[in-house]
Amino acid sequence: MSVSSFSSGLPHPLASTPLVLDLCGWTVPAGFPSPAADHTQKRIDLNEQLIRNKDATYLFRVKGDSMTGAGIYEGDTLLVDRSMDPKHNHIVLALLNNEFTVKRFYRRGGVVKLVAENPIYPTRLIKGEDDLTVWGVVTYNLHKLC
Amino acid sequence: MSASTSAPVQQFALVDCNNFYVSCERVFRPDLRHTPLVVLSNNDGCVVSRSNEAKALGVNMGQPWFQVQELAEVHGILALSSNYALYADMSNRVMSILSDYSPRQEVYSIDECFVDLTGTPQLKAVSYAIRERVTTWTGIPVCVGIGPTKTLAKLANHIAKKHPRSQGVFNYNALSQEQQTRLLAQIAVSEVWGVGRRLTVQLQAHGVHTVQDLRVAHTPTLRSAFGVLMEKTQRELQGTACMDLQEAPSAKKQIIASRSFGQAVHELPVLQDAVSSFVATACAKLRAQDSQAAVIQVFLQTNRFRKDQPQYSPCLAVPLPQATNDSLVVNRWAAALTERMYRPDYIYKKAGVMLSEITPVGQQQTDWLEPAAPTQTPLMNALDHLNQRYGRGTVKISGQGANGAWQMKQERKSPCYTTDWEGLACV
Repeated sequence: MSVSSFSSGLPHPLASTPLVLDLCGWTVPAGFPSPAADHTQKRIDLNEQLIRNKDATYLFRVKGDSMTGAGIYEGDTLLVDRSMDPKHNHIVLALLNNEFTVKRFYRRGGVVKLVAENPIYPTRLIKGEDDLTVWGVVTYNLHKLC
Repeated sequence: MSASTSAPVQQFALVDCNNFYVSCERVFRPDLRHTPLVVLSNNDGCVVSRSNEAKALGVNMGQPWFQVQELAEVHGILALSSNYALYADMSNRVMSILSDYSPRQEVYSIDECFVDLTGTPQLKAVSYAIRERVTTWTGIPVCVGIGPTKTLAKLANHIAKKHPRSQGVFNYNALSQEQQTRLLAQIAVSEVWGVGRRLTVQLQAHGVHTVQDLRVAHTPTLRSAFGVLMEKTQRELQGTACMDLQEAPSAKKQIIASRSFGQAVHELPVLQDAVSSFVATACAKLRAQDSQAAVIQVFLQTNRFRKDQPQYSPCLAVPLPQATNDSLVVNRWAAALTERMYRPDYIYKKAGVMLSEITPVGQQQTDWLEPAAPTQTPLMNALDHLNQRYGRGTVKISGQGANGAWQMKQERKSPCYTTDWEGLACV
C-alpha cells in the first residue's frame, strides 16, 4: 500500500487480510567491503566458448566407431557449424549420396577423400559419380567421462 | 513535390522460406531429399506443407490426408506429423540471420519476414547474399522479393518463387514503368496479398482480373464497393506505402488454446485433463507477454462431422475475481466450468480455453473482498523455467496430461532434432 493512495482522496478499500510488517532480522555490515567486489566477472559460459555462430551450429549424436582415432566415440555429441568453409584436414559431417557420415576431409591437388580415423575402415575416394556435400564442419566433440 | 525532394523509393524485402515444414524435416533427413514429402496438420488431419515432388503429383494444400492415401501408396509419398518445436527453432535461426541485414524487421509468420533494405548499397548483391546465407547456415531455401510497399514485396516474392530465371530473387523496383505495367497485367488479381477467393470472384464481376486492372481501377468505385482496405491495397500496388513494418508484435488481447482430440472423449476427468493442459498453454503465453487475464471462457464440442451422433457445443465464460496469469487459479475455474457444462451422454471431439480482458501485469483493479493476488508467483516462474529447460509438460498442473486419451495424434512425428538432447540426429 503506497502513501499516495491514502492521500489521493479516493475511497480506500479495506484489506481482508491483516497487513504484515517485516522486521529486519539481519545485520548490516559496517566493516570493509569485499576486496573482490570491483573485480567480479561473468562466469564462463560454455555456449559462448564452444559456439562461434549460434544460428549455424547444430548438435549431432555419434553412431559407430569409424572416428575413434580422432577421439570421437559412439554416443558422443558433436557440434557442427554450417557457416564454416570446409578445409583440408577438417573433420566434417558430410552427405555422401544423401547419407550422413563423419570423416576427415581430404582435399589436395584435385583429389577429394573422406578418411576414417580407424584402420579397420577404408578411405573413401570421391569419384565423379558420387554426390558429396559437406553438411557442416565439426568444431567440438563432447565426450562424457562419468 | 518535385522529384529531387521526394523521399527515395522504399526497398521492402519479403523473405519467404520455400515449403518450410518439409524443408526443416529434410535438413535432418537428407535421405528424403528426393522423396515426395508432406507434413500433416494437428492430429495428422490435413496436408499443410508439400515438397515440390508432392506438388507435382497433384497433392493440394489443405487436402485431408485420407484423400491422398491412395495416391501416396502408388507414388511413395511420405507423410510426417508436424514437429512445431523443430519448425520454431529453425524459424528463429532464419529470423536471427535476417536481423543482421537491417535494423528494421517484421516477422510476419513462422516462415516469412519483411526486412527494410532501404538505403542498402548494392541491393542486388545483398539480396543474393541473404538467400545464400540463410541456405548455408540453416539448410532452408528462401526466396527474396523486393518492392516499394509490403504488398508489392509480397507480389515480387511470388514472382521470385514461380520463375526459375529469377534465381530466387526479384526486385520490382528495378523495373521500368513499362515493365511494371506489363508484368502486373500478366498476374491474376488473386495473387494480391489480402485478396482471397471470395474477393477475387467479386472483383472479377467488376471486370478486375489482373493486378494491373486493380492498380488502375476507379478508386471511388473501388472504395464504395470493397471498402477502405481495398483502396489501401490499390495504393500499395501504385507504390505508395500504406502499411509500415510492425516491428514489435503487439501484445495479444485474447489468447486461445484449443485442439481436437486424438480420439473421442466421454469422461469428465479426461475432459478436465485436456482443459487443464490448454489452461497451462494459455497462461504460459500470458506470462510470456507479462500480462494477466480477467475473463476465462471454456468451450466443448462434439464431432460436427458425425451427423449420426447427438451434437452439443456448450460454451461458458466467467469473470475472474482478480485478473491473474496463475495457471493454478485459472485451472480451478476452468475445471469448474467444464464440470458445469459436462453432459455424460455426448462424445466430445474438441475443447478449448479462451482468456480475455487482458491487461499488463501491474494494472491491477483491486477488489473489495479478495486480497490482491500476487501475479508472476515464484511457483509459476519455476514452472515456466523447468518447462523451457527440460521440455514442454515436464512440470504440469493438477493431473494435466496425465490422461493420454485426448492427446494429439502424431504418429509420424520426427524427433526434436534441435531442442531435445535425446532427440539429436545420429550420424
